[in-house]
Amino acid sequence: MAAMLKKQKILLLFAHPAQERSEVNIHLYNAAKKVEHVTTVDLYHEYPAHHIDVDKEQQRLREHDVIIFQFPLYWYSTPAILKDWQDLVLEYQFAYGKGGTALKGKIFLCALTAGGSESAYCSGGYNHYTLRELLRPLEQTANFCHMRFIAPFALFGARTAVEEDLLTQHIEDWKKLLNALSEQRLDLEQAAQLTRVNENLDALIQETV
Amino acid sequence: MTSYFIQAFIYLCAAVIAVPIAKRLGLGSVLGYLIAGVIIGPITGIVGSETATIQHFAEFGVVMMLFLVGLELEPRMLWGMRHRLIGLGGLQVGITTLLVFGANVGFGLDWRIALTIGLIFSLSSTAIVLQTFNEKGLTKRDGGRAAFSVLLFQDIAVIPMLALIPLLALPDLVTSIETVATSAEHHEEINLVAHLPNWAYGLVIVLAITAVIIGGRYLCHPLFRIVAKTGLREIFTATTLMLVIGIAALMSLVGLSPALGTFLAGVVLANSEFRHELESDLEPFKGLLLGLFFITVGAGIDFSIIWKNLSLVLSLTLGLMVAKSVVLFALGSLFKLKGADRWLFTLSLAQAGEFGFVLLSFTIQHHALPMDLAQLLSPVVAFSMFLTPALFILFDQVIVRRYEKQKIDREADAIDEEGPVIIAGIGRFGQIVNRLLVANGVKTVVLDHSVSMVDTLKKINIKSFYGDATRPDLIHTAGIEQAKLLVVAIDDRHRTNDLVKYVKQTHPGVKILARAYDRAHAYELQNAKADSIIVETYYSALEAGAEALRQLQFHPFKVEQLKRVFVATEKERHDTLFNTWREAEGENRFGSNYVQLFLELEKALAEAMKKDRDAGHSRSERGWTPPPKQYQGELD
Repeated sequence: MAAMLKKQKILLLFAHPAQERSEVNIHLYNAAKKVEHVTTVDLYHEYPAHHIDVDKEQQRLREHDVIIFQFPLYWYSTPAILKDWQDLVLEYQFAYGKGGTALKGKIFLCALTAGGSESAYCSGGYNHYTLRELLRPLEQTANFCHMRFIAPFALFGARTAVEEDLLTQHIEDWKKLLNALSEQRLDLEQAAQLTRVNENLDALIQETV
Repeated sequence: MTSYFIQAFIYLCAAVIAVPIAKRLGLGSVLGYLIAGVIIGPITGIVGSETATIQHFAEFGVVMMLFLVGLELEPRMLWGMRHRLIGLGGLQVGITTLLVFGANVGFGLDWRIALTIGLIFSLSSTAIVLQTFNEKGLTKRDGGRAAFSVLLFQDIAVIPMLALIPLLALPDLVTSIETVATSAEHHEEINLVAHLPNWAYGLVIVLAITAVIIGGRYLCHPLFRIVAKTGLREIFTATTLMLVIGIAALMSLVGLSPALGTFLAGVVLANSEFRHELESDLEPFKGLLLGLFFITVGAGIDFSIIWKNLSLVLSLTLGLMVAKSVVLFALGSLFKLKGADRWLFTLSLAQAGEFGFVLLSFTIQHHALPMDLAQLLSPVVAFSMFLTPALFILFDQVIVRRYEKQKIDREADAIDEEGPVIIAGIGRFGQIVNRLLVANGVKTVVLDHSVSMVDTLKKINIKSFYGDATRPDLIHTAGIEQAKLLVVAIDDRHRTNDLVKYVKQTHPGVKILARAYDRAHAYELQNAKADSIIVETYYSALEAGAEALRQLQFHPFKVEQLKRVFVATEKERHDTLFNTWREAEGENRFGSNYVQLFLELEKALAEAMKKDRDAGHSRSERGWTPPPKQYQGELD
């Protein structure tokens, strides 16, 4: 039955202001370009002066079922252009408020990399909060816009991921997740509960029949 | 006079027919000229003994070629490739020479002859190989680059070879020929140094070389400047020819090789801002004379000797190519060329080259090889060149395929090897473009037709070349084939348009960024298919407008938004305006239709700045707009 479902279209909004120094994100982004049903947008490439085209971005949102922000975590939040993007694109009467239902029912998630180790992101660690807790502004934004927020696809300790040889596995997981999302094989209920969606990715994905 | 016309016509005719056919068949122009010579010479017998006289004249093409080789030798470039140039090139020439030398001595030849042949056979064909690399896009491959350094080394190595070969003259050959020749030809050669004692001779040589170097360094520059300022192109060409011929004459007078002298002069001028202009002036002369030279070589081939020794010639050819390949393959492995690149390196350089012919005719003149042996070796060089296209086909069809399969699909490099950016016109506009590019490590070639501008820029360390960039041959020598981008920043709008059209036609792969004088010019450039067009005053005027708004106490951040809306609205209407302009005829292109549309644009601009959108906000304020005051009531 799963194979009969309509393919979900994924919009990947990538925000990285220093791509020439990127060790993880750029590879994830390039890998996503090759996945079917994924539209990739490099925001800093398209809007180098932050002059975001609101109409164009809103139209893109309307045409997709899954919205992903991909970024390296900057001060527990997104790089500046993604904040600009939210401030400009998620307009009254488009994303919220009277008649603002353009995003209703769409799935929203963050794919991000964090410099600190997973143990740093907890009440006892030096970051004091879990990643999921730190992403609450985004979670609430998604809720406010009637979207379904699911746990982030996160890589901790990203500064040394290449040296520790974590990249290959992470890219494989990433492709698996994107495919599962477009084929509607991801268990969204469970995915909404976790701290990060790639804690145990295989358990969340149904095999195709 | 009539007979000269007829002869010239026969030679040109043969070249015009044979060269395009040879190129079409992938044989390259050198082989085309050779075939032309074979057809008008030994096969049909249209031309005869006068070819020898013409050959002496055509050898001047070689002298020019070495001047151009010298001109290409920028010290910085040479330094960058020194390891491969000296290591790979030196070993290739050295080992191949030794191998051939050894084999010849084994055959029982005199050691001087053996060494001469070794030198001749160690060279490969720059003309065929580089042309094929360009045609097949192999220049950027590692194997192609390695081959290039070897070819460059060989071109330079010709100079010492020309000096060495007279020393290898065979004494008995010299005396036997001289006794015949002295009485007949004695008056022909003028030589200032023939009767000087050895120490004075040495002194004269040192003086002559010093004169070339110092003259090239300190006299040529002011001379070319004065001539360039006249703006008469033919006088510039005349000056160039005068220089090359003068040096050749000087060298002959003191008994040195003219090729050596002009090569030196070329090296001295390699850093000059007139380099590209010199190159494009000499290129046609050199090409024609070299062509003529190869025709005479073809015409001079004695088929009776080849037929008599056919199996010997063929086995020598094959033996030579196998020996050269083995040396090349081994060196390729030693210098860590991998896979297909090692094969490219091996196969592309396995032939003997056009310098082989030059050296052969030189050896005959200097009695270093007996005539009949040279007659036998000349077809070996030619045959190995004939086989080269076949080797390239082997590379394309068999080797590349075999290795491409093994190649893992890796991500394309973000920035691959950049071709240079050519900047035509280095006035107020071009300077800023150039400075930004150079500051970011982009290689630029800058051209300007004003000598005083080139001089001024020299003072602030911007390297530029004198020359009119709208001339096809100059844009060609500046390297348009390899260029990624051409920036056209010259003042004359018609010439700008012509240049854009020409480059788009001949090199559609090169992106063009053009500076437009005004809106109409921008349309003309768009019509000419320029890729990016910047109207020279647009952004500075826009910035001035923004500054005016800031002076009027508009908030600077707000001003940025207004500026953006202005640009975006203009952009939206651009195509409509352009099409109206294009469809209108002649002088009336800014007629009533256009004016109407322009007025509409102005209205749209005002609206975009002011008019409220559905949600009650002006477009410029659309960003960062709070929801209406009553919005909380709408939320559940």
